[in-house]
Amino acid sequence: MQSNVKASPSRWAQFKDSHFWHSFKKDKIAIVSFTIFALILSASLLAPVLAPFDPYDLTQVDIMDAEIPPNWQENGDERFVFGTDSQGRDMWSTILYGTRISLMIGVCAVLLQAFLGIVIGLIAGYFGGKVDNFLMRLADIQLSFSTLMVAIIVLAVFQAAFGAELYQELALFMLIMVIGIAEWPQYARTVRATVLAERKKEYVDAARVIGLRSNRIMFRHILPNTLSPVLVISTVQIANAIISEASLSFLGLGMPPSKPSLGSLISSGFEFIFSGSWWITIIPGIVLICLVLVVNLLGDWMRDVLNPKLYKG
Amino acid sequence: MALLEVKNLEVKFGLRSGAVTALRDISFTVDRGQRLGIVGESGAGKSVAAFSILNLLSRPGYISSGEINFDGKNLLKMSPDQLRNVRGNRISMIFQDPMMTLNPVLTVGAQMVECLQAHTRVSKEDARKIALEKLKLVQIPSPEKRLDQYPHELSGGMKQRIIIAIALLLNPDIIIADEPTTALDVTIQAEIMDLLLELCTSQNLGLILITHDLGVVSQVTQQMIVMYAGKIIEQGPTKEIINDAQHPYTQGLINALPQQGVPGERLYQIPGAMPPLQRIPKGCAFHPRCTYAQERCEKEQPDFTISGGCRVACHMVEDMIKQANVPASEEK
Amino acid sequence: MTALVNIKNLYKKFPIHGDWLDQISFANGRFHMKREYVHAINGVSLDVQKGEALCVVGESGCGKSTVARVVMGLLSPSGGEICYEGQRIDHLSSNAMMPYRRKMQMIFQNPYASLNPRMTIKQTLEEPIRWHQPKLATGELKDKVAEVMKSVGVDPSWGERFPHEFSGGQRQRISIARALIVDPEFIVADEPISALDVSIQAQVLNLLMDAQEQRGLTYLFITHDLSVVEHFGTRVAVMYLGSLCEVTTARKLFAAPRHPYTQALLSAIPRLEDEKPDFIRLKGEVPTPVNLPSGCVFHGRCPHANDRCKREVPVLREVDGTQVACHAVEEGRLD
Repeated sequence: MQSNVKASPSRWAQFKDSHFWHSFKKDKIAIVSFTIFALILSASLLAPVLAPFDPYDLTQVDIMDAEIPPNWQENGDERFVFGTDSQGRDMWSTILYGTRISLMIGVCAVLLQAFLGIVIGLIAGYFGGKVDNFLMRLADIQLSFSTLMVAIIVLAVFQAAFGAELYQELALFMLIMVIGIAEWPQYARTVRATVLAERKKEYVDAARVIGLRSNRIMFRHILPNTLSPVLVISTVQIANAIISEASLSFLGLGMPPSKPSLGSLISSGFEFIFSGSWWITIIPGIVLICLVLVVNLLGDWMRDVLNPKLYKG
Repeated sequence: MALLEVKNLEVKFGLRSGAVTALRDISFTVDRGQRLGIVGESGAGKSVAAFSILNLLSRPGYISSGEINFDGKNLLKMSPDQLRNVRGNRISMIFQDPMMTLNPVLTVGAQMVECLQAHTRVSKEDARKIALEKLKLVQIPSPEKRLDQYPHELSGGMKQRIIIAIALLLNPDIIIADEPTTALDVTIQAEIMDLLLELCTSQNLGLILITHDLGVVSQVTQQMIVMYAGKIIEQGPTKEIINDAQHPYTQGLINALPQQGVPGERLYQIPGAMPPLQRIPKGCAFHPRCTYAQERCEKEQPDFTISGGCRVACHMVEDMIKQANVPASEEK
Repeated sequence: MTALVNIKNLYKKFPIHGDWLDQISFANGRFHMKREYVHAINGVSLDVQKGEALCVVGESGCGKSTVARVVMGLLSPSGGEICYEGQRIDHLSSNAMMPYRRKMQMIFQNPYASLNPRMTIKQTLEEPIRWHQPKLATGELKDKVAEVMKSVGVDPSWGERFPHEFSGGQRQRISIARALIVDPEFIVADEPISALDVSIQAQVLNLLMDAQEQRGLTYLFITHDLSVVEHFGTRVAVMYLGSLCEVTTARKLFAAPRHPYTQALLSAIPRLEDEKPDFIRLKGEVPTPVNLPSGCVFHGRCPHANDRCKREVPVLREVDGTQVACHAVEEGRLD
């Protein structure tokens, strides 16, 4: 490329000058939440490096090590910082791997929701009329079933029909599908409402006057202008998806104990909580609460920033 | 002494990047029966001026210096109660958007009665009578019916008439009208302006009319102020300014009107656009757009020069008047 | 001479009833479906001649913007035809419409909404050419964008910036550049200067006039500001409540307006004159376009209306080279 007369500021410089960055710097809650979230995220991504044991490798597990309390307690073992669970797995390693699974389910389910919801919302909002009516009534029907109820029925039927073994293999995939499909109306409604507002603006007419096709107008012109609210609900939805997964796992319909997520860890420790082995439930519980809390706090902050009606000074 | 006297008013806005001066050195007077127009393009500070007269500026704007004397008392030193009394009873305001004044869930009558009862002790029946009388004054068709209607049942022109009736409720001395007809069609604009003009004469009201429309100002007002980038650049009798503007910006504004041009030929145009408040240039704020700008204009802020009945803030006008006066004095 | 664009007996109504559930209403002891429409355009016929600037004037709600949108194919007409160079274009598929999209372009009113906030100026300007001339080499495309940006007075080095970094006047220039970049013959301008400041209005009007001279453009110019028409227009069409009142040359309209509504409109322009001239007061209010008055749509406010005006819809008739739709003019009652 030829050297242009005046280079416009780089993306990074633009970002540093933006309202987004300024309000982030000012908001202590956002900074703390973001730091904790980044810590949890990187710890779970680096699980194979950080974890002293591989909880999926049965040869590293010894049943004799079962239910050892955290190492600051009386009967603690130096090898197991947070103790072990009922099968003798190191809690610290299991939590790292479990967080990874929980986050993966949360993020993938939300990606699926977002994909379905954005496409359906765009189509409903852009074309309007009967298409809009049909799709939105579909969303209403979907919303009238609670996510958990749908998930429980689908997962229970699947487990009964194809047996527990196949289910264990496909659990991760199934959870993503079920949570993903059950919650698309949230996105579809938000996107549709924004599209309805954007479609009236003259830049959309201008694109039509150029002769662009509907697809191109929808995805290239309207979609980028609807992304702020999508970003905001995404944070809330990730937190919701993680909780849904945890609840399903707690009910025994989620991840199998051999590949535990945070939810199934909490669930598997629940039997032992009265026999004094509190750490198997409480520690992953705290991690789960922290994770969901910081994601929600980040979402709150983002909603305040991206909503132009709330701009201050 | 004039009823309302604004003296060296300065308004600032506290922004993230520091305080910005929105208005500087604004002085004018308005008496009962006088009509003053404040003209300028968006961003010139004309609405800020209107709001600061009643001390209605909201954060981050504040009056940093100057005086606003009403009936001999400084409004800026009044207690909130006294100020409220002046706002309602003595000076009232008409906004561009009628819905800034009208509450969509109350009938017109209820709003007028409420306004009256908030400021004076009248019974509900008397208040309604006064309201009806004012509606008749603004020549609204079938005024009795309007009292029980909601704002959304009325057309734009009728809403603006009701706003004027509300502004007249407490028999004010001065009305400030901020772009009262910008949202209306020309035929209705003409009617509303005619009404305001008539009311000013019959009720002996003072009027401060804020607008961007030179045509409206020339037809309604006696005195006018032209503002640019937060400053007064020309001030004086309307006729004099419209017929023989001194400041290059005022000349440009008048010549840029399509009705001043030769049909089919290019219009006179002022190059560029008004700078935002944060980036007002040094010296004369207008110099980057001025065809007569000299070196001095880039450095020095011009002071007011008296030219005929007007004051003009322009170095060129100052020089021209000096030149015209020097030989005359030498001859003596 | 054939007209570039013909608008033939155009009608447009918008439904304001909701879906079928909202339509059910109860009256006179039985249920029935209630359908209501806003009659935005009622039988408008207009020819736009090549090379002229035809101005459509009227007050808010008179349907002038709807005419612009129907002509551009943004709305489909409820009745009537739109022809471009004699070819009917109002019912074409988007593929068949493509060649016409290059020939006709539009400039919008609101400079703050007419540019996509997420696209840089360069992206906005490159898109139409890429779409219509996919084979154009990147170098040529860049030159073309730079050339058009220069011609509207926007520095080409600002191409990487986003719309929010520009002032209203500059945005309107960019909008004009977007319309000009495909080298159109015909431009519909929907109130292109009414959102701008006085000094900027003159700049944009000059720009539009320069573009017309250099490129031989034809304009359909929608505005509510009669003084702009006087300066800019070749011919003028005055609209009231979805119908045409008067179609004539700009010079004739300002010298001797025929229709009572045009007369009232002209008298209401605030002019820079010492004494306020008497303006013609219209009685009453503009009726709603939902329930149109019978006969002449203007009869309720017209100072010259008689019984015939209430009954019979006037049609455009040629009087001394001016087309007027008024019974009073036809009967010579006004003189």
